[in-house]
Amino acid sequence: MADEHLDLDALNELREVMEDAYPQLLDTFLADSEERLQALREAGKAAQLVGVAHSFKGSSSNMGAVKLVALCDELEKNAEKLSPSEIHELITAIDLEFAIVRPLYEAERQRSLAES
Amino acid sequence: MITVQPALESLTILIAEDSAADRMLLSSIVRRQGHQVLTAANGAEAVEMFRQQRPQLVLMDAMMPVMDGFEAAAQIKALAGETLVPIIFLTSLSENQALARCLEVGGDDFLAKPYNQVILAAKIKAMDRLRRLQATVVQQRDQIARHHEYLLNEQRVAKAVFDKVAHSGCLNAPNIRYLQSPYALFNGDLLLAAFTPAGDMHVLLGDFTGHGLPAAVGAMPLAEVFYGMTAKGYGLAETLREMNAKLKRILPVDMFCCATMLCLSVQNRSVEVWNGGMPDGYLHSVASGERTPLTARHLPLGVLSPPTFDDRTEVFPMALGDRIFLLSDGVIDTCDADEQLFGVQRLQQVFAANRQPDTLFEDIEQALRDFRGEARDDVSMVEVSLPAPTQASPPLPIYSDSGQSCPLDWSASFEFRAATLKRFNPLPYLLQLLQEVHGLRAQSGALYSVLAELYSNALEHGVLGLDSSLKRDVSGFTRYYQQRNARLDELEDGYVRVHLQVTPQGEGGCLAIRVEDSGKGFDVGRVLERPVDPVRLSGRGISLIRQLGHNASWSDDGRSARVEFLWKALA
Repeated sequence: MADEHLDLDALNELREVMEDAYPQLLDTFLADSEERLQALREAGKAAQLVGVAHSFKGSSSNMGAVKLVALCDELEKNAEKLSPSEIHELITAIDLEFAIVRPLYEAERQRSLAES
Repeated sequence: MITVQPALESLTILIAEDSAADRMLLSSIVRRQGHQVLTAANGAEAVEMFRQQRPQLVLMDAMMPVMDGFEAAAQIKALAGETLVPIIFLTSLSENQALARCLEVGGDDFLAKPYNQVILAAKIKAMDRLRRLQATVVQQRDQIARHHEYLLNEQRVAKAVFDKVAHSGCLNAPNIRYLQSPYALFNGDLLLAAFTPAGDMHVLLGDFTGHGLPAAVGAMPLAEVFYGMTAKGYGLAETLREMNAKLKRILPVDMFCCATMLCLSVQNRSVEVWNGGMPDGYLHSVASGERTPLTARHLPLGVLSPPTFDDRTEVFPMALGDRIFLLSDGVIDTCDADEQLFGVQRLQQVFAANRQPDTLFEDIEQALRDFRGEARDDVSMVEVSLPAPTQASPPLPIYSDSGQSCPLDWSASFEFRAATLKRFNPLPYLLQLLQEVHGLRAQSGALYSVLAELYSNALEHGVLGLDSSLKRDVSGFTRYYQQRNARLDELEDGYVRVHLQVTPQGEGGCLAIRVEDSGKGFDVGRVLERPVDPVRLSGRGISLIRQLGHNASWSDDGRSARVEFLWKALA
């Protein structure tokens, strides 16, 4: 089920690039993401939504969170034309997706720490 | 040729990215590729970091808080100035417009998220190549600019030195008009003018092969010979021979100097011409309106060895107001867009159309511009008429001796025989000898003129037996000088004797000059009775001798002429 949400090849590559700093990268990404979710929930204007969604999409793509990338992309592209309730729906979907990948990253982090 | 070092140099790379995770990841990738990493979390930080650390390359996120990547890129590019600091935008931008904007603000490339190590390494490498290329170009440009400055300075110095040499002459005399670009010297063009002791004027327009300093260097010895020998009273033939020998000796084989040299004589109302390799000059007769071409009859100076050098000149009558026009090949060799030459025919059309002689240069320049659209900088033109007789008083040379050893009671006799008469001009030596007598220095111009007249009378009419009445008209004038050259070539016997006697008289003194020749003599009485010929194409210059010297007399049927110069006590 994990590979539906995460690109495992990407994670392998990250582990190789980051070496010892890999767990720290995962931590940082999770902390960044929490902030971004908060910002999405609080965003008042479409432009703000587009900006945050764009950054979130970029980070997520680097981290191999493929489904999160797709959802952020949808929000970035359509924020201007969606109704408030549709936007709310999309943000909830992003929230849900993050709730799914978060434990996967944490498990990855544990595994990495255990290996080293 | 650009050589790129095979091993990638370690660069300092600034990563500007607001997302901490992306920044961390990118830093790791870049470090693993062997570079130093600086990081910034927004555009303002990036600009500040650039200001302080001057990284060589920037990876820049487009969307950042405080100051976005577009603004930061523009500021960094401005700070970098001529140095190329490549900026690669990090972006997941998908809109074409936003991507285009990255390049508009000075970005050099993009890198899309998610990051790909291989692509990133390749891009950094490509940008580094570009960066080095730019650095090389800037360095070479600066080097060229320095060389150029250096060269200009050398030229300024050379020109200043040369101007001192060249302008010791009389180019500013009212009978000369000339047009030369200020740096014509560095195109090999050279214009010299100076008075002889007798008040004749020597003019030389030369054109060295080649350009730049090498062309200018040869001008120095040429000018020195020109001025030195002209001042001492040497004629065209001796001066040209010496200039040719000197250039032949010092110039490399492929360098030589085309030149036209003139001797303008007010006394004889004539011009003597030698043209080696220059375009035709023109003698414009005001009376007839005719333009006589002064054609090159010789190889340029510095080509032939001294024994084979040909110093034969041509002499043309010249009236006051007649003009001689000389030009460099820059005029007739000017090309139009289709590589067509301006040519002699077009020049002659300008002559024909010219109504105002004083605007001839301007007319020619205008014709060149019309022909080509832009002027060449190696066009030299000069126009001379006979110097006014009052003008013909060269400044007295300055002598450094005190006068205590001045010889005051002596005599000397010389006999110049056929083989010497052919090639040797004794006048400068005689004049120099007489200059030792202080009392004569003030009248050296008159002394030289009289001595020159007596000598040429003795040689041409006496030894060579030439009939001065030939010189009555223009064609006879030419025939006279042809005969002179021919008879001199064939001369086997004959002599000219010069006796000088200096005697003190009270506080002053007297110089008696006697010149004898081996010729047939002439009817003294008849010649002395004849009214003075105002045009003076003929007449043996006898009236000149009687005007300038004292007690002029002829004996031995005209074969012996005697004249005195007197001086009073010196102040």
